[in-house]
Amino acid sequence: MAWLAASPLLPPASRVVQAMLQLAWHGDLLANLGITLLRVAGAFSLAMVVGAAMGLALGVSRRLDLAFDSWLTVLLNLPALVSIMLMYVWFGLNEPTAIIAVALNKLPSTAVTLREGARTLDRGLLEMARCYRMGRWAVLRHVVLPQLTPYFFAAARSGLAIIWKIVLVVELLGRSNGVGFAIEQYFQLFDVTDILAYTLAFILVVQAIEWGVWQPMEHWVNRWRR
Amino acid sequence: MAAVILDVTIRRKAYPGAREPVLADLSFRLGENEIVAVVGPSGCGKTTLLRLIADLDQGYEGKILWPGQKGRPRLGFVFQEPRLLPWRTVWENLALVLPPGQEGAAEALLRRLGLWAACNAYPNQISLGMARRVAIARAFAIAPALVLLDEPFASLDAGNAELARAVLREAWEARPTAALLVTHDLTDAAALADRVLMLAGHPSHISADIIIPSHKRRGDRETIQTVAAHLRECQEKGAISAS
Repeated sequence: MAWLAASPLLPPASRVVQAMLQLAWHGDLLANLGITLLRVAGAFSLAMVVGAAMGLALGVSRRLDLAFDSWLTVLLNLPALVSIMLMYVWFGLNEPTAIIAVALNKLPSTAVTLREGARTLDRGLLEMARCYRMGRWAVLRHVVLPQLTPYFFAAARSGLAIIWKIVLVVELLGRSNGVGFAIEQYFQLFDVTDILAYTLAFILVVQAIEWGVWQPMEHWVNRWRR
Repeated sequence: MAAVILDVTIRRKAYPGAREPVLADLSFRLGENEIVAVVGPSGCGKTTLLRLIADLDQGYEGKILWPGQKGRPRLGFVFQEPRLLPWRTVWENLALVLPPGQEGAAEALLRRLGLWAACNAYPNQISLGMARRVAIARAFAIAPALVLLDEPFASLDAGNAELARAVLREAWEARPTAALLVTHDLTDAAALADRVLMLAGHPSHISADIIIPSHKRRGDRETIQTVAAHLRECQEKGAISAS
C-alpha cells in the first residue's frame, strides 16, 4: 500500500489538478476536450432525436412494436466494441462513421425509455386535440411532448454519461485526436497523473452541463407543476 | 323549426365483446341555435352518443349527417373532465384551438365570463369549478356550429354548478349556437334546454321528445322547478309526448 501511495501510479489529487491546469494552458487538453465534446454533441443529438422518434412510434403502434421489438433487444445487447469495429470496417475510419457508431449504442435505450412514455399518453387529451382539430405538429408539440419530458430527461441524463464513455473508445480505436486518443498516448507511457487529469476535466464538463443545462431546462419545462 | 344542422340516425351501436348494443333505432334532428338536452340514467349511452357525433368513435351502424354544410363542421366539446392541457396556461389552452382571427372574440368572451383574471394561470392553479368554466369557454370560443356538453356540471358543488350554468347561458348568449347537453339531472335540462330528449330502455332509444314552450325556457328558479317537475312526470310515464 505504502509503495502504491508513494509511486507515480497513484498521484495525490493536488497533483492531478495541477496537471490538468498545466495541460489546459500549455498542452492540448482544451483542443482535445473540444473535439470530443463536438462528437458527444453529434452522437447525443442523433441518438436522442432518432431514438425518441422510434420510441414514440413503437409506443403508439402495436404493430410496429411487435415487428421491431426483437431487433431492439439485439441492438440493446450488442457490445459497444463490436458495433464500433463493424462500423469502422464497413464504412471506414471517418468522422460520420465514428459519430453514428456511438449513437447506435445509445439509440435503443432511448427508444425503450420513450416507448414506455408513449404508452402512458393521456387518451383524453389526445381526443380533445382531435375534436378541436389541432394539427399534427401542434399535437406533437403541445400535447404529446410535454407528457414525455420526464422520460426524455431520464434518457438524456443516462445517455450523456454513456455516450461520452463510448466516444472515448471510438477515439481510441480510430481517431487521431480527442480525449480518448490522448488517454491512449498517456497509457503507453503509464502516465497515470495525466490520465486522471483528462478524466477530471471531463467530469467537470459533464457536471457543468448538469447544472448549466439540464437543471435550468427541467425547471423551465416543469414550471406548470405546483 | 330553424334549419336543420344535424341529422342523426343510429341503427345500432354495440361495443366489441358486449352482448347487447348500447343504442339502437335512435334518430333525431337538431336545428340551428337549438339547445337540446339528452337525459337518461347513467350507463344508457349518452356519452357514447356524443362520441359518435364528434367522430371519436366510428364503430356503429347508421348515419350522422350535417345538412347544408361541407362535411363535419367545427365542434366544441365540453368533456366530463375539463381536459385542459396542464402545461399550458388558461389563455394558451384557448389560443391553441382557436381558428385564425378569433383571438379578439375569445378574449372578449373570457372577460364576459369573468375568467380573464385567470388567463395566465396554469390549470392546476385554479379550482375544478373554474377549470370547468374555462372548458365551457373554450368550446364556445372556437365559433362552433355545435357545442357538445357531457355532464358539464357533474361533481361540482351547488354553488359552482350554478356558476357554471350561468357561464353556459352567458356564453350561449354571446355566441348563439346549437348545443347538445348530456345530463342525468332534469333540473339542468329544465334550466337550459329548448327541447329534451329522454333515453330509456335496453338498448337505449328515445322514449320522449319534449319541446319546452318558449315562454318557459331558461326562466327563473320557480319556472325551472315547474318544468323539471313536468319532465319528471314524463320520464316516469315513459310516454312519448310532444307537449
